Amino acid sequence: MTRILAYADRVGARPGETINVMVSCDGINRYDVDLIRVIHGDVNPEGPGYQAEPVPFDFGGPKQGRHQPINPGSYGLVDDHAAFAGLSSLTVQAALWPTLPGAGEQVILCRRDPESGSGFRLLLDDDGALAFELCSNGSGTVIVSTGKPLLAEKWYVVAGGYDAATGEVFVGQTPSLDYPRTDDAGFSSRATAAGLLQGKTAAAVMIGAAPASGCPAEKHFNGRIDNPRIRSRALAEDEIKELPEPDNDGAAGDDLIAAWDFSIGIPTDHITDISPNRLHGRLINMPTRGVPGRKWTGEEHNWTKRADHYGAIHFHDDDLYDCGWDVDFSLTVPATLTSGLYAVRIHAGDEEYFVPFAVRPVPGQPTSDIAFLLPTASYMAYGNNRIGIDFSETEIVIGRLIQLNKSDLFQQEHPELGLCFYDLHNDGSAVYYSSRLRPIINMQPKHMGHLGGVGSNLWQFNADTHILAWLEQLGRPFDVITDEDLEAEGHDALAGYRVVVTGTHPEYYSVGMLDALQDHVNQGGRLMYLGGNGFYWRIAYHQTLPGVIECRKSEDGIRTTPPRPGEFYSSFTGDYTGLWRRNGRAPNVLAGVGMVSQGFDISAPYVRTEASRDGRAAFIFEGVEDEVIGDFGLSGGGAAGLELDAADIALGTPPHALVLASSRRHTDVYLMTPEDMHDPVPGMGGTEAEIIRADMVYFETSNGGAVFSTGSIAWAGSLSHNGYTNNAAIITNNVLIRFCNPAPL
Amino acid sequence: MSKYRITDADLPFAAEFKARPVGFHSPGLQRVLNVLRGGPKAGKFVLIVQKPFKKWILGRLPSGRGEPVEILEGEEFTNLEEAEWAVFKRRWAVQTGRELDL
Repeated sequence: MTRILAYADRVGARPGETINVMVSCDGINRYDVDLIRVIHGDVNPEGPGYQAEPVPFDFGGPKQGRHQPINPGSYGLVDDHAAFAGLSSLTVQAALWPTLPGAGEQVILCRRDPESGSGFRLLLDDDGALAFELCSNGSGTVIVSTGKPLLAEKWYVVAGGYDAATGEVFVGQTPSLDYPRTDDAGFSSRATAAGLLQGKTAAAVMIGAAPASGCPAEKHFNGRIDNPRIRSRALAEDEIKELPEPDNDGAAGDDLIAAWDFSIGIPTDHITDISPNRLHGRLINMPTRGVPGRKWTGEEHNWTKRADHYGAIHFHDDDLYDCGWDVDFSLTVPATLTSGLYAVRIHAGDEEYFVPFAVRPVPGQPTSDIAFLLPTASYMAYGNNRIGIDFSETEIVIGRLIQLNKSDLFQQEHPELGLCFYDLHNDGSAVYYSSRLRPIINMQPKHMGHLGGVGSNLWQFNADTHILAWLEQLGRPFDVITDEDLEAEGHDALAGYRVVVTGTHPEYYSVGMLDALQDHVNQGGRLMYLGGNGFYWRIAYHQTLPGVIECRKSEDGIRTTPPRPGEFYSSFTGDYTGLWRRNGRAPNVLAGVGMVSQGFDISAPYVRTEASRDGRAAFIFEGVEDEVIGDFGLSGGGAAGLELDAADIALGTPPHALVLASSRRHTDVYLMTPEDMHDPVPGMGGTEAEIIRADMVYFETSNGGAVFSTGSIAWAGSLSHNGYTNNAAIITNNVLIRFCNPAPL
Repeated sequence: MSKYRITDADLPFAAEFKARPVGFHSPGLQRVLNVLRGGPKAGKFVLIVQKPFKKWILGRLPSGRGEPVEILEGEEFTNLEEAEWAVFKRRWAVQTGRELDL
């Protein structure tokens, strides 16, 4: 089993900048650290094999291993305040939309000392019924339940409280919809001692979880909470059935201790109390915001226009933003380190873990005409994906048995590693946020994926080392920049580079990233898109928090599950989400091709078209006599495969683009995409549908620039064939050499 | 989840699979594979890599997150096509109630 886990606080750095690395060991007391330049992470014996270049660096000797926990599960946290200390009677109220009632105790709101246990909790009990619990140092615990399980994914007004004068503990749930033959409304109370809340309790308020000993929180709530509030009196039974606006509810204003309005600050991790006490709080582990609340009617889908309809926060017991581990060692990038992809290798005995990062050149001093754009956003999008262990259908789409590696087995037993855009939350809802402030075990050299086709079976990070190794063996220097550089600096990040080379699957793009690349090609830059299904989903980086992106797969596209209605706008930015194609910027505009199909068994060759004889493309095929291109490779045995892009002028492929070669026949695990399946008819598989092909495309852009696209993830797996002497490599070399030439194309 | 039910009429597709377990398949074989390679996750056969590109052992997925993958000791393979055929036969027997005699 994997006994070393680690992550870094950044994915790239320039000379002089420092990268902090956090490590957790399980049963390993000492480990060593090396620095390597990553060249070829593919261990497939049919290819060049694993290649890394040791880089001398003094890490200060062996390190002490220690365990650092991962604590998933989101919640809100409000610091203790004098306003809570005076509570004798109280009522806790909220609107609630549970997603997993009955899946163990789940705390909605509590204030409870984790040591003494004194305080109160409003919760769903083991049966999924609403309960209120009062715990007193001197008098034990009193819990009252309605005894009626809530229905999943229905809105309720829920309340629980205590009357200090009468000693009554009460709880009530009121559904927003009445169903005949469904008995899910309830009120219960029990007489107990008066004055139970008089004792001193110093505790924070937690929303969506309870304090725990040994970890920050437990008993996480799954579902949505809207407008939770605390009053300093016991409301009557008829009062707790409604959740009126605090400002005009007719109740005495001075009994309102706190009323959190989650429609305020949706892009942030802050929660706002609109009561006079202003007991603001913060969110831990990034629960989902910008989701419809109890007031949502469907008339407005954009939370920026009707924030009051979006007063809910969706909490999950498997949310994870930042592991928050302590730093174990740091690396300040020396001036002698040339730009490239590096990794710290943390190892002890047979155990090793790689933390990769890009080294950029000194600002304003590119060391090459060539920039490799490391698609870190897409690595995050797939970070710790559970494609091989959560979904039976994976075997059908890969057309062969699923192979699980040591890291898969570890991940299966350690779901606390967190989720990504290919997974579902435990309650079945779509995952909108993915963070890199956690160990991402599939972002390492040597790692094998599930979707990479017969052969090497690589995906994302490690598949991209096929391109890096090709660049290395050419002997040309190249710089590496990351998606985060592009996001932060825009087109300036590409200044000085004549050629931008992409990874195999740069699928996830923010508007800033896409603008930067489009500016690059519009202003005379050259783009070598050596992948497939690029520039597909629109993402957003968080505006203040580092290392996290959002993706909501609205409308259509290939996705694990769609967002629920009313959730098509980014909580980070308020922008519309989904496919770039549905945002009016299909990948074809930038790259000349766009996603048309996927299948993960075998790949196919390309066959040259008549357009490849066009004089404009002569430089591309110089030295290539073959008609068939790439009938070999480590990724499915061909250069066209896994995910395929085709040209389509209607979607934005420039009319002067040359389709130089196309793949023809793919297996029937390749299917058309949902966005092209407007009216399903038989014949949508790879052996029949004409659209299912990879198009190799070339076109010139304004100001002497140009774009070359392969439209296939598998392309890079063909480059190393026959010692990098093959028609796919020759074509790629030819394009790179010409694109480096400043003469206008 | 496929609703197709495999019958003796599908026997030719079993032979086709044995000859080429991975790659192009006839529509009939693909329909059979949609049954055999589909189904619930819990108990699904998977290959666990013991030595990359050299040795695998059969395993079964658990139903829930956090539970270990079951490893079927002794069911080792050094050839992926043999593994495909072995699993195909086991699933066929479960679906049809009859062993494949091919």
